[in-house]
Order: sequence, then C-alpha cells, then structure tokens
Amino acid sequence: MLGIADAPSDFLRQYLTVGIMAGLGLLLAGVFLGLGYLVRPNRPQGQKYLTYESGVDPVGTGWSQSQVRYYVFALLFVMFDVEAVFIFPWATRLEAYGLFGLIEMAIFVFVLLLGLIYAWRKGVLRWV
Amino acid sequence: MFADAPSAIATPDIVWSALAPQLILMIGGVIMLTIVSVIKRRPIKGVYALYTIVIASAALLSTIPLWHRVLNPAEGPSALVGGAVGFDGFSLLAIGIICIGVILCALLADGYLQREGIDGPELYVLMLLSASGGGIMASANDLIVLFIGLEILSISAYIMTSMHARRLSSQEAGMKYFVLGAFASAFLLYGIAMIYGATGSTNLGDIQQFLAENILLKNGLLILGLALMTVGFGFKVAAVPFHQWAPDVYQGAPTPVTAFMASVVKVAGFAGFIRVFTVAFSTYILQWRPAIFALAVLSLVVGSVGAVVQTNVKRMLAYSSINHAGFILLGLQAGTVGTSASLFYLGAYTFMVIGSFGVASLVGRVGDGRQSLDDYQGLSRSRPALALAMAILLLAQAGTPLTAGFFAKFGVIKAAAETHNWSLAVIAMLSAVISAFLYLRIVVSMYFGGTAQEPATLQGPPVRVPASARIAIIVALLGTLAMGIVPEPFSKLAREATAQITAQPADELAPFGPLAGP
Repeated sequence: MLGIADAPSDFLRQYLTVGIMAGLGLLLAGVFLGLGYLVRPNRPQGQKYLTYESGVDPVGTGWSQSQVRYYVFALLFVMFDVEAVFIFPWATRLEAYGLFGLIEMAIFVFVLLLGLIYAWRKGVLRWV
Repeated sequence: MFADAPSAIATPDIVWSALAPQLILMIGGVIMLTIVSVIKRRPIKGVYALYTIVIASAALLSTIPLWHRVLNPAEGPSALVGGAVGFDGFSLLAIGIICIGVILCALLADGYLQREGIDGPELYVLMLLSASGGGIMASANDLIVLFIGLEILSISAYIMTSMHARRLSSQEAGMKYFVLGAFASAFLLYGIAMIYGATGSTNLGDIQQFLAENILLKNGLLILGLALMTVGFGFKVAAVPFHQWAPDVYQGAPTPVTAFMASVVKVAGFAGFIRVFTVAFSTYILQWRPAIFALAVLSLVVGSVGAVVQTNVKRMLAYSSINHAGFILLGLQAGTVGTSASLFYLGAYTFMVIGSFGVASLVGRVGDGRQSLDDYQGLSRSRPALALAMAILLLAQAGTPLTAGFFAKFGVIKAAAETHNWSLAVIAMLSAVISAFLYLRIVVSMYFGGTAQEPATLQGPPVRVPASARIAIIVALLGTLAMGIVPEPFSKLAREATAQITAQPADELAPFGPLAGP
C-alpha cells in the first residue's frame, strides 16, 4: 500500500473483512430473493394486502384516537413493571443481601403501595 | 450466574439522625399523600398548608442540633451512608434555607389555591417532596446521589408548574419546563459519566483526592465532563445562555410555584453547583473558572437588559432572577473564597424573591392573569401596605443599603475583587444599576402610574390579601430587613457553614465506593 506504515494499513485491512462480510450478506440475500422471485407463482388477491393484525380483520384507519383510560392503564403498568425491574435482581441475590436488603425492599414496595392507594382512592383504577 | 455460597454484601452504616431534615420532609410528604387519600371527608380550610408548615418547621428545627454537632470540633463534618451523603455546615444551612422557602411558599399557596378554587393536598405534597430532593442535592457527596436529588427536586417542580389545570399557560409552562429540564438532566448525567471515566469514581471526596494526587496527561475527558455538568447546572439555575425557559415558565406557572422555583429550586441547584465545582474540582479551578466567568457576565448583562424591555411583571422578575443567578455565579467563580458570600446571597435572595412573587400572586387576582405593569398602577392607593412591601422588596433586590440585597451583592462583588477579577466586579455593579431601573419601573407604576380617578388596581376584582399571604410577605419583609440592618449573625452563619464544606472520601464499604480506578 504505497509504503504507508504498517499500523494504519493493518487497521484498515480489518475493515476489508467487514466489507467482504457485508458484500457476501447482500449477495446471499439478493440471490435468495431473486431465486424466489423467479420460481414462485404470482396470484395477487386483495386480501393479501390487508394489514396483518393477528388474524383479525383490521377496522378503521391506522390513525385513530385511543381512549385516555388506556393511558392510565399504561401508566399503572409501567409502575408495576419498574417495580419488578428492581425486585428481580434483589430476589436473585436474596441471601446475600440478608435482612438489610429485605427491609430496604419492604420500604420500597411499601412506598409504591402508598402510591397505589392514592391512585385507587382517586378512582384511577375504576374503568370509566 | 449465581454464586455458590452467597457472600454477605457489606451494607453501610446509616446515621439516621443526621439525615433527619431530608427524612422529615420526605416522610411528611408521603404521610400527607396517604392520609388525604384514605380520608374522604373534606378537611378544614388551610389544614394542608398548616401541615406543610409544621413539617417544614420540624425539618428546619432538626437542623439546629445537627448544626451544633457539626460545629463541635470533637465531631466535625463527616460523610454518611458510606460516603454518599455529606454532613456538614454547608448542607445544613442550604437545607435550612430550603425549609424557610417551603414555609413561605406554602403560606402563599394557601390563599392562592383557595382563590383559584383548586385547593388540594397535591401541591403541598409535591412541595415537601421537592424540598426533600433539594436537601438531598445540597448534601450529596456523590454525583449519583446528587443526580437522584436533582430528579426528585425537578420532577416535583414540573408537576407543580402545570398544577393550574384550567390555565393553558400553566400547562404550556409545565411542558416546557419538563422538556428542557429533562434535557438538562441528560447533560448533567452525561457529564457525570465522563467524570467517572476520567477519575474512576463518582464520590466527590475520591474525585478530589484523585485529582490532587494525579496529574492527568490527557484531561480531555475530564474537561468534557466538567463542560457538560456546567451546562446541566446552568440550565437548572437559569444562567445565560441556558436561561431561555425561565421567563416563559416563570410567567406560566402559578405564582406561588414560581416563587418556589425561583427560591428553593435555585438554592438547591446552586448548592449542588458550588459543592461539585469548588470542592471536588478545586484543583481544576483554572480550567472551569473561565466558563463560570462567561456564564456570570452573560447572566448579569442579559438578565438586567432583558428585563428592561418586558412589560409583564412576572417576566421582569424572571429576568431579574437570571440577573441574581449571575451575581451568585460571581461568588462561585471565586472558588472557596466566595462560597460564604454565595450562601448569604442565596439566603437573602430567598426572602426577597418569595416576597416579591407573593405580592405578584395577590395583584394577579382571580385567574392569576393581571401581571402587566399597568395592572400595578395605583396599588399605593388601593393597597398602600402591599405597595410599600413590594417597593421595599424590589429595592432590596436592586441592592439598596439597609436591605439584605445590599450586603448580598457586596459580598459576592468583594469575592470577585479578592480574586482580582476587577472586570467582573465592574460588570456586576453596572448590571446592578441597569436592573435598578426595572425595579424602579414597577415602583413608579405602583405609586405614580395611572390617573387618580381610576387606577388599574381598582378596576376588576379588588386585590384581596388573605391572612396566610400577609404572614408570608411580612416574614419575607422582616427577613430582608433583618439581613440588611444586622447582617453579622447571618454572614457569621454563612462563614461557619462554609468553613468546613468538605468532600469526604468514601468508605471501603460504600455502595458506590471506590471501584477499580483507571
């Protein structure tokens, strides 16, 4: 390579590997998709172009408003989800953290519980 | 994945009594939330505010024995919870100022919420929780703890800003504050990550020790971290050029909440700012001083000049609070020399700004919308006492002798002079003159504006002064005057507090302790 020092050319050569891999990937994908295009039968039907919604026929457009109560639902879900995120690692090392960890976790869950009580008394949990 | 024999994880000792102020605020807030959600009965008017004041006073009182413990040479300052929380005079005084701010803002909020017909416990709960976050931030001895404190402080403040659900501008202000505040938090956190990368620790004491003992050949990472943290803190304390949110948010937020933001949030932000920069990065003062210098100059100039063109009093006061931030930065850039001056300024500023916004919240009347300069016309005739209080508070903000503002400004300018930053001292004095114009504009409007027959304050609903707001304004006024007439006890307090602002290295047991260094 025109007598450049070894180090940069070594470094650049590593990119060659990346390039070869990328090229191979593109080639493989192109070959398989191309083969499929040549071989497969082509029978267009209107139903095949519908949005896939777990086998249920879609209703309405994609841009529709959802009810605000789903928002509350999502908020509560996030709350419990985050709670689980903190509880899980603690639970896997329960013995190591001992009594201290137990008390700390009890305080954590208790504070979240107070939040839940507030939400409940405010009527957030009722499906309006 | 699982250890065969679970080795017990060392847990740090916690001196609960030393954490009392923060715990009282936090537990007080949570208990209030729980009680009001369980009891359905409509409570007596003003009971929420009373409860908040009791809790904040308890936290304030709890700092007194702790203060004596810290000043006692046998004990002295120390780090708690394995080096995560600093226990020294600086944090206690900052917490004390925060508690005073909460008490005054709760008094203002009581009359405000009843007038607007949105009385409820939520604002007070958030006030207490936010103050506890501020306390954590002021006493943080670890960057991660600092960040947690900041988030508790800010997230409560975002909600409080949009508390007036029927006013669109309140909603808008809340959204703006939230988006920009989250942005600032991200900057700060990224800065913390860089600092950790450069020094191998998030503990302020360890960072200080590391930087004192090692000379970094390549300090790019550290400088980048410092720069990002400056941006993050700059947003929080509304220093130019990170101030754009302040006028909009101050204007849109319910006025007692604006008072809270301008006082408590700013005090906590500056407490964290000062501790991190003057203590942990004391060896790098030559690197960060130019940045703080620039922030100070810009805040002083933009804060005073920007206010002149405003016609809305809340926006004017927002710019004036940017100007005040510039003055406090004056103390910060001086390093440890200026810390006590900054603390004194923060204390004086808390009284002045809460009093001013308190009057603004009363003149705003139902709907909190009458905030233009014209709406203050003739206040001296319709409410002479209120106009007098506002005039004194505004003159104090301008730095008139015999008020707290004079000694506060004197202290920080002296600190700048002691570090031979003559140019900065001159700019500060000039900006004080310019901002005096804006304060006098409000005073002139109150006393000489409008025609004698029909002053604007006599049009529309009358300016009502609820008893709680009256107490708050009187206390703010007394504080402002006391700090101006007999400043010695207060400045002694600030000096004692900063005499032992320290960063303690973490224990070996620390949860975020000294990890493997670089």
